[in-house]
Amino acid sequence: MNEKIIRLPFFQNMLNLLVLAVLAVLCVFPILHTLALSLSSATAASSGRVTIWPVEFTLQSYQFVLENPAFGKSFLISIARVLVGVPVNMALTILVAYPLSRSKREFRARDIFAWFFLITVLFSGGLIPWYMVIKQTGLIDSFWALIIPGALPVFNVILVANAFKSIPKELEEAAAMDGADHWTILFKILLPMSLPVLATVTLFVAVGHWNAWFDGLILMNSPAKYPLQSYLQTVIVSPDPRMLSERDLALLKIISNRTTRAAQIFIAMIPILIVYPFLQRYFTTGIKLGSVKG
Amino acid sequence: MYSRRKLINEIPLYLMLAPAVVLVLIYAYAPMVGIVMAFQRVLPGKGLFGSPWVGLDNFKFVAQMPTILQVIWNTVRIAGLKAIAGVVVPVSVALMLNNVTSHAFKRTVQTVIYLPHFLSWIILAGIMVDILSPSDGVVNRLLGLVGIKPVFFLGDDKVFPWTMVVTDVWKSFGFGTIVYLAALTDIDPTLYEAAVVDGATRGQQTWYITLPGISGTIIMLSTLSLSNILNAGFDQIFNLYSPLVYRTGDIIDTLVFRTGIMNNQYGVATAVGLLKSIVSLILIAVAYKLAAKWADYRIF
Repeated sequence: MNEKIIRLPFFQNMLNLLVLAVLAVLCVFPILHTLALSLSSATAASSGRVTIWPVEFTLQSYQFVLENPAFGKSFLISIARVLVGVPVNMALTILVAYPLSRSKREFRARDIFAWFFLITVLFSGGLIPWYMVIKQTGLIDSFWALIIPGALPVFNVILVANAFKSIPKELEEAAAMDGADHWTILFKILLPMSLPVLATVTLFVAVGHWNAWFDGLILMNSPAKYPLQSYLQTVIVSPDPRMLSERDLALLKIISNRTTRAAQIFIAMIPILIVYPFLQRYFTTGIKLGSVKG
Repeated sequence: MYSRRKLINEIPLYLMLAPAVVLVLIYAYAPMVGIVMAFQRVLPGKGLFGSPWVGLDNFKFVAQMPTILQVIWNTVRIAGLKAIAGVVVPVSVALMLNNVTSHAFKRTVQTVIYLPHFLSWIILAGIMVDILSPSDGVVNRLLGLVGIKPVFFLGDDKVFPWTMVVTDVWKSFGFGTIVYLAALTDIDPTLYEAAVVDGATRGQQTWYITLPGISGTIIMLSTLSLSNILNAGFDQIFNLYSPLVYRTGDIIDTLVFRTGIMNNQYGVATAVGLLKSIVSLILIAVAYKLAAKWADYRIF
């Protein structure tokens, strides 16, 4: 479309740009404000002088946070969770997506398995039975509780299976003629050809692991085993003295301070900000796959 | 036809599925068996079938909870408002962005508006609690500049549901906007050329070409959101609510959490969860049927 042909009338155009600019500012403002708070002095913050620029600049809050071993530990648990969880999720996703992307002629039980997985999206036992099963399998208080129960993200299987289906059949047929088996077709043809989709799904899974807090909160008995977001939930969002050890309580006095709270929030945001440019790049690919499929 | 060779050829496929099947059986299907707890008085240490059966007592208990109707209404109200705003705002923003001729401006806005989508409700709750504070939050400070008295966004039960809707839209409209913008690129450009020849203004083009062009996506996404009418957003509400706002802000999921995990009434919590699952299942079935009929949507 030639955008130059007709524009909005001048006044409407200006109004349009203004509203969009305001929306954009509203989206970044709370984040900039948090950053500014974290870099301001405690007195400046509590006297309400900070908006989006640090007042009485200091790195003290960050120093407090980084010197707190509980924060550092939960940060590392979250990193470990991403590093272990993402490969596990991706491996299972790909291994399930391949059989489900075959034709019924190639894999007669395809529909049975598709429904087997799909039903788990449609219906679940609910919170308590889910918790009991994880307890029965001995995962409570174990790092693996954060990885194994959610190891197969069914929605991602659908995305990847659809990507596999969209690759021209002729390629696989030619490979099969040359004697390629299922594993060869998957690893040598389908995976290399679906890299954009796999990249999208990988990033989404990584962000999901980084942001997960609920499982850590209820599956770990001691806060020392919390991933970062669960830790932040207990110290920032709903400080619950019953959940904390005495040393944590002493720390809480310092870390519930407004500027250190902001510093912790901002540090937790940093990994997301780092992958954000990549998220954007692959973003539309992922969305298009998720929406209408002809 | 179903020769031996064919079966051998399928063996790798079963091998690929095996690990996931085992996991899903344990962590998704076994909990479904646990639903029997809804019909038991669950005693700690007695196991799944050792606890006494109590028939429908748990359901009767739920029905007699003084707040249950209020909680259901809160859930439907908050989820419904979010669903409506979740269509109207992204569609409007996508249409507005579509009218922007400067690529740099368009890109910048797009880049910025979906950042909140990728942040967790823990981080956002931390931010919200700070900026929405009635005493020293920056939002009330700015409102004060134009003479508005401090609003207790998270502590006033009349305001709380609206705070939930607005902050949810704030987090998610950017993502929705990108989905609709992607749909916009599929519109046949010759339609616009023809419209220009016929002397249509930009506004008329939006109304007669752009909007109908994305109506399929709009219908599909609105229909699918129907299946979420009992999900008012646990992550958000759990991290932002307090007893002060239970009257309007307590939803089914937070009630289940408090009854089950905090008060250890496993049977009752499972009963509520079961009722919710059943209603959700029906809603999902209806939504997908309608989406398939109106927008030709299929997931597989």
